[in-house]
Amino acid sequence: MPAIGPIVESDILLALEGVTVSFDGFKAVNDLSLYIQKGELRVIIGPNGAGKTTVLDLICGRTKVSDGSIKFKDTEVTKLKEHEIVRLGIGRKFQNPSIYEDLTVLENLEISYPKGRGVFGALGFRRTAEVSQRIDEIAEMIFLKEHLNTKAEILSHGQKQWLEIGMLLIQDPELLMLDEPVAGMSVAERVKTAELLNRIIEGRAVIVIEHDMKFVESIAHRVTVLHQGRVLAEGRMEMVQADPKVREVYLGH
Amino acid sequence: MSKFSLRSLAGNWLGFALLSVLLLVVFPSLLDDFRLNLVGKYLSFGFVVLGLVLAWGYTGILSLGQGIFFGLGGYCIAMFLKLEASTPEATKIQSTPGIPDFMDWNQLTELPFFWQPFHSFGFTIFAIMAVPAAIAFILAYAMFKRRVGGVYFAIITQAVTAVLTILIIGQQGYTGGINGITDLRTLMGWDIRTDAARYDLYFICVFLLLACILVGRFILKSKLGRILVAIRDKEERVRFSGYDVANFKTFVFCAAAALAGIGGAMFTLQVGFMSPTIIGIVPSIEMVIFCALGGRLSLIGALLGALLVNAAKTTFSEMFPELWLFAMGGLFIGVTLFFPKGLAGLVEDYLVPFVTRRISGPKSPADQVAAKPAE
Repeated sequence: MPAIGPIVESDILLALEGVTVSFDGFKAVNDLSLYIQKGELRVIIGPNGAGKTTVLDLICGRTKVSDGSIKFKDTEVTKLKEHEIVRLGIGRKFQNPSIYEDLTVLENLEISYPKGRGVFGALGFRRTAEVSQRIDEIAEMIFLKEHLNTKAEILSHGQKQWLEIGMLLIQDPELLMLDEPVAGMSVAERVKTAELLNRIIEGRAVIVIEHDMKFVESIAHRVTVLHQGRVLAEGRMEMVQADPKVREVYLGH
Repeated sequence: MSKFSLRSLAGNWLGFALLSVLLLVVFPSLLDDFRLNLVGKYLSFGFVVLGLVLAWGYTGILSLGQGIFFGLGGYCIAMFLKLEASTPEATKIQSTPGIPDFMDWNQLTELPFFWQPFHSFGFTIFAIMAVPAAIAFILAYAMFKRRVGGVYFAIITQAVTAVLTILIIGQQGYTGGINGITDLRTLMGWDIRTDAARYDLYFICVFLLLACILVGRFILKSKLGRILVAIRDKEERVRFSGYDVANFKTFVFCAAAALAGIGGAMFTLQVGFMSPTIIGIVPSIEMVIFCALGGRLSLIGALLGALLVNAAKTTFSEMFPELWLFAMGGLFIGVTLFFPKGLAGLVEDYLVPFVTRRISGPKSPADQVAAKPAE
């Protein structure tokens, strides 16, 4: 398997080994092994139905594995509940912007702030200077500083995508998973998003699922190509693009 | 939310102040004792609708079984009052003196163990909230941990209500059966059947209700309140923000049940009995209608809904007993279709902007977008 330098075991943040998931006998993910290093930006591409979103669902606990192991920082996560996995430091952005439309940008970010996560903790939660400062910081980063008191439902599609990314960033996750973050964005918004992703990579690993090849080229460190629930190829973008197997199933146009 | 301007502060408390004046000054000075007691009875349903605002309006948990929690609270205080009324002297003609009359009629010879703690007033006060909350906890925990929600949960609450009502009716010796627990007389020696006592009970009911509104408001204004809205809108996102959603839903459902329990207790005290006919499926659905009509996103609105529908029920069900149920059903459908936010929504969307415009001249559109709905 081609790679950018050898993978050092101590640098591995997330390890999927022999992961299989079947829905009524159909193996959406089949004996998949995948390693993500600290500080890496990995893009997963593949044709529709290749199992990309399912892989993210497995990592964040939304779907349970049928077989295999998923370790995050040496903790087995396959048996954990979704919120427990989040608290370990894994953030997940969904394909369609998943934000709280009835709340303001500020409130959306505040709810995502990783304090007061119990019922009574939430009841006693106060918006301290520290919280406000962090919210401002994130809002600035996701280009929504001017919109803190805007109801989320009236944001543009691209702004909603950014807000969801911001809601993850405020939790400072070590692993961030983004499912098609630029879907439905204008060209200008795409450029800004690429810039944002390159900025937030510091100190964390990011997994991105994306279809837009231009966007992939602009951000990816390493690309994994999935096909029928397996890894078809892995490596630098240009190597993957040159791979005849990949060209056949996916890029062959 | 973040900035408290004088206007929003006034807006936040204006409704509460008006309600307090209405309940504490206007009604007591305009209504005779009989009607005031009726209003007090209606207000006891107000506790239930406050809980429904929290659980249904804000969190999206529709419960068609609040009547049972109302009933449990009502039965708790009724048991205490019944024990107080069943002194050996008062019941000396029974074959077993000193136990409630209906037990004697059903050939019970000693007080069942679960009646024993209700000799204590302190325990009774605790039980009024704790028993409904405990039942709600078992139900909610089992369902929400398994991610049963929405309409399925509503159906289950209805089934539980049916089961518990049948149980209460069936266990005549322990519960008084279909007649309920009647002939309640004194509360710690204070005769609750007199007009003077009922007048005082009305005020106790109002003060408790206002206190519960403040508690509800405190919950809704906290981060917990915003998490509840978030759960209603995007449950999965909340889960993936690191919250155990089931705990939050369980909490709010238990809080709603405890509120309903307080309401049931106030009902029993003011009406003088508690029976299964008040707590079954139909009353439970009526409670949801009060809430929908008044406005399920407004504590005060829903409370007024309970008052209005009950007053209408008293008036019209005497004149047109057959038609009343149809009218009520029609009302519910109409409100859900045309004013999903109920009367409070109408006030908020039409009256408040109109008055504001009159008072302070035209506002910039941005101002109106930023304005948060009251309560």
